[in-house]
Amino acid sequence: MLTYLIRRLFAAAVMLVVIITVVFCIFFLVPKWAGVDIASSFVGKQADPAAVEGVRQKLGLGDPIYVQVWEFFKGIFVGRTYAGGGDTIHCAAPCFGYSFRSEQAIWPVLTDRFPVTLGLALGAAVLWLILGVSAGVLSALKRGSLWDRGAMVVALAGVSLPIYFTGMLSLAIFVFGLHWFSGTYVPFTDNPGKWFTGMILPWVTLAFLYAAMYARITRATMMEILGEDYIRTARAKGLREPVVIRKHAMRSTMTPILTMLGMDLGALIGGAILTESTFNLPGLGREVLLAIRNQDLPVIVGVTLITSLAVLFANLVVDILYAVIDPRVRLT
Amino acid sequence: MTDLSKTGAALGEPVSGAAPSAFLEVRDLKVHFPTDDGLVKSVDGLSFQLEKGKTLGIVGESGSGKSVTSLGIMGLHTAGQYGKRKAQISGEIWLNGTELLTADPDHVRKLRGREMAMIFQDPLSALHPYYTIGQQIVEAYRIHHDVDKKTARRRAVEMLDRVGIPQPDKRVDNYPHEFSGGMRQRAMIAMSLVNNPELLIADEPTTALDVTVQAQILDLIRDLQKEFGSAVIVITHDLGVVAELADDILVMYGGRCVERGPADKVFYEPRHPYTWGLLGSMPRLDREQQERLIPVKGSPPSLINVPSGCAFNPRCPYADIPKDDVTRTVRPELAEVGSRHWAACHLSTEQRERIWTEEIAPKL
Repeated sequence: MLTYLIRRLFAAAVMLVVIITVVFCIFFLVPKWAGVDIASSFVGKQADPAAVEGVRQKLGLGDPIYVQVWEFFKGIFVGRTYAGGGDTIHCAAPCFGYSFRSEQAIWPVLTDRFPVTLGLALGAAVLWLILGVSAGVLSALKRGSLWDRGAMVVALAGVSLPIYFTGMLSLAIFVFGLHWFSGTYVPFTDNPGKWFTGMILPWVTLAFLYAAMYARITRATMMEILGEDYIRTARAKGLREPVVIRKHAMRSTMTPILTMLGMDLGALIGGAILTESTFNLPGLGREVLLAIRNQDLPVIVGVTLITSLAVLFANLVVDILYAVIDPRVRLT
Repeated sequence: MTDLSKTGAALGEPVSGAAPSAFLEVRDLKVHFPTDDGLVKSVDGLSFQLEKGKTLGIVGESGSGKSVTSLGIMGLHTAGQYGKRKAQISGEIWLNGTELLTADPDHVRKLRGREMAMIFQDPLSALHPYYTIGQQIVEAYRIHHDVDKKTARRRAVEMLDRVGIPQPDKRVDNYPHEFSGGMRQRAMIAMSLVNNPELLIADEPTTALDVTVQAQILDLIRDLQKEFGSAVIVITHDLGVVAELADDILVMYGGRCVERGPADKVFYEPRHPYTWGLLGSMPRLDREQQERLIPVKGSPPSLINVPSGCAFNPRCPYADIPKDDVTRTVRPELAEVGSRHWAACHLSTEQRERIWTEEIAPKL
């Protein structure tokens, strides 16, 4: 178990290095091939050549690509100093780059935005797990009933309706119509109560989409599991039906749901772009959207790296949980 | 069923309604499943008795209603069937003086596992992959016995030891996938016998196992039956298995019993053409190797459109012998052909005796 963990962590680290290199190359090399001068795009359209040259020197854009990648890596661990063009900017470790658009280091921006997204993703996940799984189980147990059909129609709607529709609708009704919520984000550290009420609409909106998917998966898995021989064995032992469902069927149903949860959470932590922009939450998703609009490359690279880190981590957790649930999975 | 001279009673079949003297008695059991294509008559009027300490072998090809019968006795057609169209079950199943089909379902649930237990065909899929063997046996024991986990675990180890699993105190903590096929079936048997059930139903207990392990498992079932004195139903398509175990044999075809009697009678004086077919298609070591097996031609009947008359008539080589096309119009009822021996066939007993001794027996 411990050796497995160490191996997986090591593999994750290697993976991260590969991801950083690839991401860096995509964002800094491809524009070069496309004939776009990154330095001038950083400075702005009406920049004088001297300023452009300064930025080029600062960022080391004239260096060969491997030197650039190496500088980037070094920055993560020991920090980095951008010198040239008259002034010197220090970016403390861990330095994930420096945005010349907003004149600030990336890392503090990421750590500032990250808790917002994490809170959104985790809160929504709790909600959609409770809603989706219980709706799916009930549907499976009452298949063909009015409840089952109703739930599956709602689930289909949930899967089909985009966030910017359901989100806007809920904003229109509950914020601008009924004035139940304020519609502004309050950080948890400022006022937990207001943070919570402010997050209710985003949570519900995001959870609606995922709960719908989870309900459908749960229903299908549960129905399959209920047909398994070992469920029949459990009944043949004389177990009460609720125990058969809870102890025998639910445990097997959880495995595919867990896999989905790992991937979905990982992806969401990398930025729930639609939800965050709809509800104006200052999270990673909204940050990266702004960065794309401003062509703020270092921010995009930073968020991309955070996303891959989150996906890697979530998958690791899922693999470990998998082994806990299913004894056939050996962690060696 | 009041005219005793014509009906079951004259054939040794008791009158319906009254509690029987036999330990297990099934009367006119029908299990029908409504489907989109029509009503599947998996079991369509089956009767038999079984005493404690005796073994009944139910034989027949796939889809003849063997397993459906056993699940019907266990009450597993109605337990936890969600939203599916419910199986339609009629008839009577008397276990130790209790009629199971009209009994309170929760009462039947309490009988399951304690009074009647079941061994399934494939122990790998019949055991929960996420729980240890011990946990599953302990669970089976604690449903019916109010004991703490320690006591139940001791009982589990004891049972594993009894069914011949080496180092039972260690293996009790293994998961099913860590057992070999034969060991898994032993564990399954240990689990079903943990409450000393009086009725044990073994549904194809050796089909999923290696040939080398099959005999061990059959020996085990036989030994345990002697020890516990329970009634056993062995369901199989393998005549070798019933030859090994059964006191009585019931041959099923198309959801009905076509022949029933003591094992040696059914083996040595079978009186139904389908039984002949089963015997003819069984490989035997004492037969000349050049001779070919005699298969039963055709395929099992559709249980939605069971052939009219005798269900076996499309595949029966002797269907044209009885006059007036009676095999295709009238369903034959079980008739006594010897002591405690019944068969359902339109051929006269003399005709069947002659065909058996002259045509069939010499080729076997």
